[in-house]
Amino acid sequence: MIEIENVRKSFGTLEVLKGINLSIEKGEVLCLIGGSGSGKSTLLQCINGLQSIQGGNIIVDGTNVHARDTNLNTLRQKLGIVFQQYNAFPHLTALENVALAPRVVKKQSRRDALDLAREHLDYVGLGSKADMKPSGLSGGQQQRLAIARALAMKPAYMLFDEVTSALDPELVGEVLDTLRKLKESGMTMIVVTHDVAFARESGDRVAFFDQGVICELGPARQVINDPKEERTRQFLQRVLH
Amino acid sequence: MQFQLPYSGLQWSDLPYVLLGVWNTLILTLAAATFGTLIGVVIGWLRQDVPVARVVLAPYVDVTRSVPLIIQFILVNSSFALAGIPLEPLWVGVIVLSLYMGVLTSELVRAGLGAVRFQLKWASRSLGMSYWQELRYVSAPLALRTFFPGWIGTVIALTKDTALVSVVGYVELLRASQVLINRTNEALLVLAGTGLFYFAICYPISLYSRRLERTFQHD
Amino acid sequence: MFNYTFYWSIVWEKFPELLQGARITLEVTILSMIFGTALALPLSLWRRAREGVGHAFATGWVELARNTPALFQVYMVYFGLGSLHIHLPSYFAMVAALTFNNAGYLAETFRGGLNSVPPQQLSAARSLGMSAFSAYAYVVFPQVFQVVFFPYVNQLNWALLNSSLGMIIGLRELTGATQAAQSESFRTFEFFIVAACIYYVMAKAIETLAQLASWRLFGR
Repeated sequence: MIEIENVRKSFGTLEVLKGINLSIEKGEVLCLIGGSGSGKSTLLQCINGLQSIQGGNIIVDGTNVHARDTNLNTLRQKLGIVFQQYNAFPHLTALENVALAPRVVKKQSRRDALDLAREHLDYVGLGSKADMKPSGLSGGQQQRLAIARALAMKPAYMLFDEVTSALDPELVGEVLDTLRKLKESGMTMIVVTHDVAFARESGDRVAFFDQGVICELGPARQVINDPKEERTRQFLQRVLH
Repeated sequence: MQFQLPYSGLQWSDLPYVLLGVWNTLILTLAAATFGTLIGVVIGWLRQDVPVARVVLAPYVDVTRSVPLIIQFILVNSSFALAGIPLEPLWVGVIVLSLYMGVLTSELVRAGLGAVRFQLKWASRSLGMSYWQELRYVSAPLALRTFFPGWIGTVIALTKDTALVSVVGYVELLRASQVLINRTNEALLVLAGTGLFYFAICYPISLYSRRLERTFQHD
Repeated sequence: MFNYTFYWSIVWEKFPELLQGARITLEVTILSMIFGTALALPLSLWRRAREGVGHAFATGWVELARNTPALFQVYMVYFGLGSLHIHLPSYFAMVAALTFNNAGYLAETFRGGLNSVPPQQLSAARSLGMSAFSAYAYVVFPQVFQVVFFPYVNQLNWALLNSSLGMIIGLRELTGATQAAQSESFRTFEFFIVAACIYYVMAKAIETLAQLASWRLFGR
């Protein structure tokens, strides 16, 4: 379980998170929607310990992420994250991209790590691209590679940070399919997305972010089909026309 | 007009002396390139990732690049002499050129590490890699691609700069040629041979580094 | 060890000689940069042409200048030409050698600068009805200038440091003047520390002026 208690985060004088409270249950898919700059991506980076926070707590399975004595390297193995820019390692093949962390972080043997990597490339449908460098893959393929890379660490949670925003429209589908497949398998996921339709179909709950606070939180269909808050309604009208 | 045979002043017995010069140029280059690269990798990394180091190392970097090498050789030579431990000219050369090579190398290391996108570091750290694992498996290999062509250029510059150690009495190739010129008065011939030697070392390496640069750019 | 007493007053007595040397250093540096620039412009254009005598000549010049020691180039002008009975005074030999070196490096800098401007910039300018001359003058060259500015300043600093080779052929520029001034007292260390400081000040002055000029010209 991930518990987020009254989290505050600022960049200099700009406060981007103004007291966020959320909790994510095992097996749940939570979608975060909202305009750009509303703080939802920053929240993901804080959950992973990539960003410090100025107030509150983030607790992952009983471990406080930002406590001094927390070993982030160990904790992060539980928290897979996939970014908007695919961030595949350009000097490694697809297979090596996936096998690297199991080898150096989990100290698996080269053979085991490569087997594991092959398995995960198959899972995201990239089995035939194992020996390609990222520069030879499309955006959608690179993004699926990034998902396979995160999954190979066997995380308990997966965080997705606008993973389809940088993609050409025709490549969005293949990545969303992978996300749906993950949901079917029972993975706990926090998905930051601009894709309201995806949030409605695949999210269990949806949180609407506005100016650093959660403006509305509820079951996905309710929040998107029948928002209670005026600001949510206005936002949805803008993105759905 | 008086005709002379081309080899009139030069004798075959001069060859060992010239070869000594060649040898001395090569070992000085090799030693300074090795130590200089080690120094440069460490301080380049420090200057890139440790803010305090940038301030502490600034005077060293600054002075090395703003004072002629000739004067650096003379100063190191005379300060060891004043301290009562006179140094062999070879070691004066190794010390000055290693420190100099260190600064040039550190600039390349910094540029290489600085060119790695921070999102790639985030991606690595988010997989549970430590700072050192990230550096070892992601940042360093990526930095190496931009570093290497520039480093080769620096080694060429170093090879040429070894010629200056003659001011503190080191008999490298150019010094050896000058001695021959004084004796034989065959300046043009001796110099042409010497120039050809430097050119034969530096030119192929610089062609190679330019080609590498192009390959990496396309990758 | 270290029972040496530093003796500075003798350096101050000779200080005017060092400053006179610094003046010659600056003269040699600036002259060689002016001539070097003038030669580098046609060399860079010839280098851009894919073939022909000009290309071969320019390539030979550039590669020789960049792949042999500057000191070798000085020797070549001073002793090499000497054996052809062309005896240049060390001042002119130094200017000529540095000019050769600067021109070789600057030609490559200029070539890189010209290559960095996409050809579409020229066509875009011409499509607005500019003449070829105006297109180059107002569109292409300002962009090239910005790209080559800092490499050019680097070369200037290089020339400044390289002019110290004058000492070896007996020129009384800063290093040569220092060498001569210390030869009576053998206070080598004191004299050359002061010379190092003067070089440092000159190099820093160039760097600072260049930075100021860059802010004013390019706003960065």
